[in-house]
Amino acid sequence: MNDRRLISRRVFTGGAALLGLRPRHSLAQGFAGLGEKADGFAAVVPGKIFSFPEDLGSHPDYRIEWWYITANLVDSSGAACGVQWTLFRQASKPGPEQQGWASQQIWMGHAAVTRMDLHRFSEKFARGGIGQAGVNAKPFEAWIDSWEMRGLNGLNDRTVAPLELTASGADFSYALRLGADRPLVLQGDGGYSKKSEREQASYYFSQPFFTATGRITIDGKPVEVSGQAWLDREWSSQPLASDQTGWDWFSLHLNTNEKLMLFRLRQNDGTDYASGNWISPAGTSEPIAPAQIKMTPTAFTATEARRLPTAWRIEIPTRGLAIETTALNARSWMGTSFPYWEGPIRFAGSHNGMGYLEMTGY
Amino acid sequence: MSRIIWILAVLLSHWRRHPMQLATLLIGLISATALWSGVQALNQQARSSYDRAAAAFGGARTPMLAGKDGAAFPQRLFTDLRRAGWPVSPVVEGRLQIGGRSFRLLGIEPVTLPAEIGNAPAIGKGNSQAFIAPPGQTLAAPETLSELHEPEGASLLASNGASLPPLHVQPQLAPGVLVVDIGVAQRLLNMPDRISRLLVGPAKEPRLPLETVAGDRLRLVAADAESDLERLTDSFHLNLTAFGLLSFFVGLFIVNSAIGLAFEQRLPMLRTLRACGVSACLLNAVLLLELVTLALAAGIIGLVCGYLIAGSLLPDVAASLRGLYGAEIPGQLTLKPQWWIAGLAISILGALAAAAASLTKAARLPILVAAQPQAWQQQQRRWLVIQCGVALVVLIAAGGCLWFGDSLLSGFAVLAALLLGAALALPALLELALSLGQRSARDALVAWCWADSRQQLSGLSLALMALLLALAVNVGVGTMVETFSRTFITWLDGRLAADVYINASDDARANEIRAWLGQRPEVQAILPGGRAETEINGAPVEILGLPDHATYRDHWPLLRSANNAWVRLRPGDTGFVSEQLARRLNLAIGDHIDMPAPGGNWTLEIVGIYADYGNPKGQVAVNFAALTRRFPNIPRTRLGLRVAPGEIPALMSALQGKFGLDGRNLIDQATLKADSTRIFNRTFAVTTALNSFTLGIAGVALLTSLLTLSNSRLPQLAPLWAIGITRRQLASIEVLKTMSVALITTLLALPLGLLVAWCLIAVVNVKAFGWRLPFDVFPLQLLELVGVAMLAALLAALIPALKLSRMQPANLVKVFANER
Repeated sequence: MNDRRLISRRVFTGGAALLGLRPRHSLAQGFAGLGEKADGFAAVVPGKIFSFPEDLGSHPDYRIEWWYITANLVDSSGAACGVQWTLFRQASKPGPEQQGWASQQIWMGHAAVTRMDLHRFSEKFARGGIGQAGVNAKPFEAWIDSWEMRGLNGLNDRTVAPLELTASGADFSYALRLGADRPLVLQGDGGYSKKSEREQASYYFSQPFFTATGRITIDGKPVEVSGQAWLDREWSSQPLASDQTGWDWFSLHLNTNEKLMLFRLRQNDGTDYASGNWISPAGTSEPIAPAQIKMTPTAFTATEARRLPTAWRIEIPTRGLAIETTALNARSWMGTSFPYWEGPIRFAGSHNGMGYLEMTGY
Repeated sequence: MSRIIWILAVLLSHWRRHPMQLATLLIGLISATALWSGVQALNQQARSSYDRAAAAFGGARTPMLAGKDGAAFPQRLFTDLRRAGWPVSPVVEGRLQIGGRSFRLLGIEPVTLPAEIGNAPAIGKGNSQAFIAPPGQTLAAPETLSELHEPEGASLLASNGASLPPLHVQPQLAPGVLVVDIGVAQRLLNMPDRISRLLVGPAKEPRLPLETVAGDRLRLVAADAESDLERLTDSFHLNLTAFGLLSFFVGLFIVNSAIGLAFEQRLPMLRTLRACGVSACLLNAVLLLELVTLALAAGIIGLVCGYLIAGSLLPDVAASLRGLYGAEIPGQLTLKPQWWIAGLAISILGALAAAAASLTKAARLPILVAAQPQAWQQQQRRWLVIQCGVALVVLIAAGGCLWFGDSLLSGFAVLAALLLGAALALPALLELALSLGQRSARDALVAWCWADSRQQLSGLSLALMALLLALAVNVGVGTMVETFSRTFITWLDGRLAADVYINASDDARANEIRAWLGQRPEVQAILPGGRAETEINGAPVEILGLPDHATYRDHWPLLRSANNAWVRLRPGDTGFVSEQLARRLNLAIGDHIDMPAPGGNWTLEIVGIYADYGNPKGQVAVNFAALTRRFPNIPRTRLGLRVAPGEIPALMSALQGKFGLDGRNLIDQATLKADSTRIFNRTFAVTTALNSFTLGIAGVALLTSLLTLSNSRLPQLAPLWAIGITRRQLASIEVLKTMSVALITTLLALPLGLLVAWCLIAVVNVKAFGWRLPFDVFPLQLLELVGVAMLAALLAALIPALKLSRMQPANLVKVFANER
C-alpha cells in the first residue's frame, strides 16, 4: 500500500489516480493511507530557514509538492470570474532522482476558469526526467506541456513577481500577468504548517498580494480581466493523519487589504483540525490558534451525487471576524481524475471581500 | 393454442412417414449454415486479430507524426511538441529476437497515451505504476506466452543479452507483440533518446503549427479507418466469403427441392385441413412455425458443424495469412455471440427463401380444387423457356461486368453471374440433349428411357444445377491452383539464384564474413544485397538492390523488358518494377517513376517488369551500387553466395561455427525454396478444402433429390413392371439414366469450369493480388474430376435403385389399386 501514500495540500491525487487508484471509492482510504511516515523521503521538521529563489523550485526529496495560483478577477463588463492554475509534483518512491524515463517523478496540472454561469477545467499529466513538465528555480519557470508560470525579466526573488501565467483547455484559455510589491509570506509557524495534533506538517509559504491583469478566452471569445491573485507553495512527505478524510480550505482577500488563510481538516470521528494565518496589509503573518476558529456550513449544493457545503459562516472572535461566504458558482466542480470542488467565493459580514474555496473528500 | 398444436402434429406426421425427406431438408439446411458460418467464423477471427494488431498503440487508426523519411527522430521533438500544445504520445518500435523468434516490440508512454487509443484504457489507467516503475512489465497476448512457453511473471532474455521486464498477460494485444514502457524499449532496441513515431490524441487545444516546432523533420499521417492488414488481406477474405456463399447456395438448392416436394405431397393434407375448418391464416402461420422450428434446429447443428470446420481450417488460414501478409492470427477460435445469432438468422432466412414459392402456393390454396400432387412437373415447358431467358440475361450481365468492371468485386460478380447463368441454362441444355437422344432412339424401351429422363428433369434439375456449379468451381479452382504452383516453382527457381543466403547482424559483421569468404576457394561469387523502404502515392514500396552479376542477368525472371535491360540498369537511372506495382500504377516499359529518397526524389525509367508473387507490397529493383548511393544508410548485411556444388553443407557448417550464424540468418537455396513452397501451398489449402466441401454437398444434393424422387416415381415405373420388365432391369435403367444425365452435366461443367479458371486467373487474381498467371489446361485433372463426379452420381443413384430392385411387387401393384 506504500504507493498510495501521496498527498497534496489539496488534491493529491493526480498521482493517486495515475497510480491506478480509482479515486471515488478509494478517496478515504487514499487519504487514510497517506503519510503517516516519511518512509525514506525527507521529513518536514520545524525551524527550516527558507531561501529564495531555491525554495521556489522543486524539492524532489519530498514526496509531494505544488505550485498553486488562484485569482479573483473582474472582466471589462464588471462581471466576476476566477482562475485556477496548479502544478503538482509527486515522487513514486524515495531516493536520488533517476534520469530520463526512469525518473520517479510524476507531474499533474489543473487549470480552471469560473464565471457565475460556467466552470471550465482541464487536466494534464506528465512524467519527470524528460522535460515535459518541471520547475526551475532560476530563472523561475514552472510548466507542464504548454501551460506555464514563468518569471518575467526582472523577477524579484522576494516577491516572485512579475510572473506570466498561461493555460488552455479544449474550450478555454487564459494568460495573466501577476505583479506584487510585498514579499512572500510564511504560513503556519514560520513556514512550518501543522496539519494535525501529531507530527503531520508541511512547508508552506504564499504570495497573497498579487495583482493580476490579462485575458481569458472562452469559446473563442476573449475578455480583458483584472483583479487579485494568491500563490501557495507547499511541500511535504507526510502532511495528513490517517484519520483525516478531507478538507475545506479558504484563501480570503479582505477589503481592509488584510489576507486570511484558513483550513479545516475533517477527521473520521467528526471532529476537525482547523488552522489559519492572519496576514496584515504589510505582510506580517500571525498563526491563528485552532480553538479560535469556527467554520460552519450554512448551505449545501448537490453535485454529481455529492452534497457540498458551498456557503459557510466563519467566526474568529479574537480577530472580531464573523462572515458569511457564498460561492460565485456553486457548481465549481473539478471533475478531474481525482475530483474536488474549487471556485471563487465572496463574503460579507464584519468584513467584506472575496477569495477562493477548495473542498476535497466529499 | 391446442388447435395450433394439433395442426402442427398433423403437418409433422408427414415427416414421420417420409423420414428421408426430413433428413434431406435438414442436411441441406445444416450444410448451408455450416459452411457459411464456418467461413464467417474464420473471417471474424482474422478481422478481430487485425483489430487487435491495429489497436496496438497506434496502428493506422490513430493519426500520428512520423519522421520525414520514416526514420526515428530525437525525443526532444516530443517535449517540444507537448510544450507547443500538441497532444502527442511517443512510441518506440522495433523487432526483438527472443529464443529464435522475432517479436514486434512496442515502447509506449502510458501517462500521455490518448485514452481513445485501442487498448490504452487497460494500461493507461489500470495499473500504470506497475508498468512504469522498475521492474516494470512486458505486456503480451496469452498466445505469445504459450508460444514462448513462459508463465506470467517470467523475465525474458533477448538474443542480444538484454533482459525484459516480467511478463504480464494483456488479452487485447495481438500475438507476437510485446509492449513495454518507452524507457525500457529504448534500452532494449538501443535507441537512447529516440522515438519512432508520435501518436496524436484528439485533445483540442490551441497549438502551434507543426512546422514552427519541428521544421520539416516530421510529417502528419492522418488516421485511417481501415488497418493496413485489413486492406492487404481483403482479397483473401473475399475469396473465403465467395466460397462460403457458393456453398450456402448449393445447400439452399437442396432445401428448396426437399421443401418443394414436401409441400406438393402435402397438398391433399392441407386441403383436408382447410376443409375441416382451419383458416388459411392459421394454416399458413403453422406452416411457417414448422419451417422456422426446423430451420432453428438445423441452424444449431449447422453452427456446431461450422465451428468444427472453422476450427479445422484455422491453422491453414493462420499460416497463409502469416506467410502472405505477416498477419498474426491466434490458433484458438474465439467467437462472438453475434456469430451465433447471425448463423441462426441465416439458417432461418435461407429456409424461408428456399420455401418462399411453396409457402405462397399454400397460402393461395383454393379450398375446393382437387389437389394435384405432381402438378409441379407438368408446367416444365413453360418454366424452361422462362428460365432460359433469365439465364441469357444473367450471362449478358456477366459479359457486361467483365467488360466494364475494374475491381475485385466486379471480378467476383462476373464469376457469380457466369455460374448462375450457366446453372439456369442447364435444364434447357439437358432437355435439348435428351430430346435429341429421344429422336435417335429406335427401341421402345430406349425411347421411354429418354422420355422419362426428360420428364424427371424438373425434379432433378436443382440437384443437377448444384452438381454443375460444384464441378465448375472445382475445375476452375483446381486449374488455378495447379497453374499457380507450376508458375511459382519455375519463378522461384529463377529468383533464388544464389546457393546460400546470409543476413549478418550488422554491417561490421557482414564485412568480416565477406573478408573470410573471399579466401574460401569454393565460393565462386559473393553477391551483396540490400533493401530500402519508401512510399509511392502513400503506399509502401520496397526497393531491392541487385548486384551487377551474371547470376542475376542469367536467372532473374523478367516478364517484359526493354532491350539490354540489364546493361541499362547499371548507371542507376533505370529500374525494374514488380508486376503488382506496374498494375497498380499503370506502368509500362519506358515510363518513369519518382521515388522519395533521402537526398530528394529518385526518378527511374522502367526497363523491365518482373513477377513478384506473394509480396503484398510493390517492389522496385535497381542496381545495388546505385541503391547504396541513394540510400546510404541501408544495412548492407545481406549476402548471396554462389558456391561450387557439393561444397554447400561444409561451407555452411564452417560459417555456423565461425560466425555463430543460425537458421534465421544463414539458409541455403533448397531450404528457402521448400519454405516458400510450403507457405504457398498452405495459401491454397483452405481453398481446396472448401472446394471439396462444396463438391461433397453437391453430391448430397444429387442423392437427396434422387431419393425424394424415387418415391414419387412409382406411378411411372409400375406400368413398365406390369408389362414385364423386371425390377432388376428397371433399377439398372434408373441408374443408367441418372448416370447419363450426370455425365451430360459434367461434360457441360468442364468448359464452364475452364471459363471460371480463366476468370480467376485473368480477373480475380489480377485484382486481388496484382499478378496474372499463364492459363494452362490440365486434361488429367479434368478427367479425374469427371471420374469423381460420375462416382458421386453412381453412389447417389445406387441407393434408390437398390430400393427399387428390392421393392415388394405388392407395392407396385398398389399403384393401380390406389388410384388417385
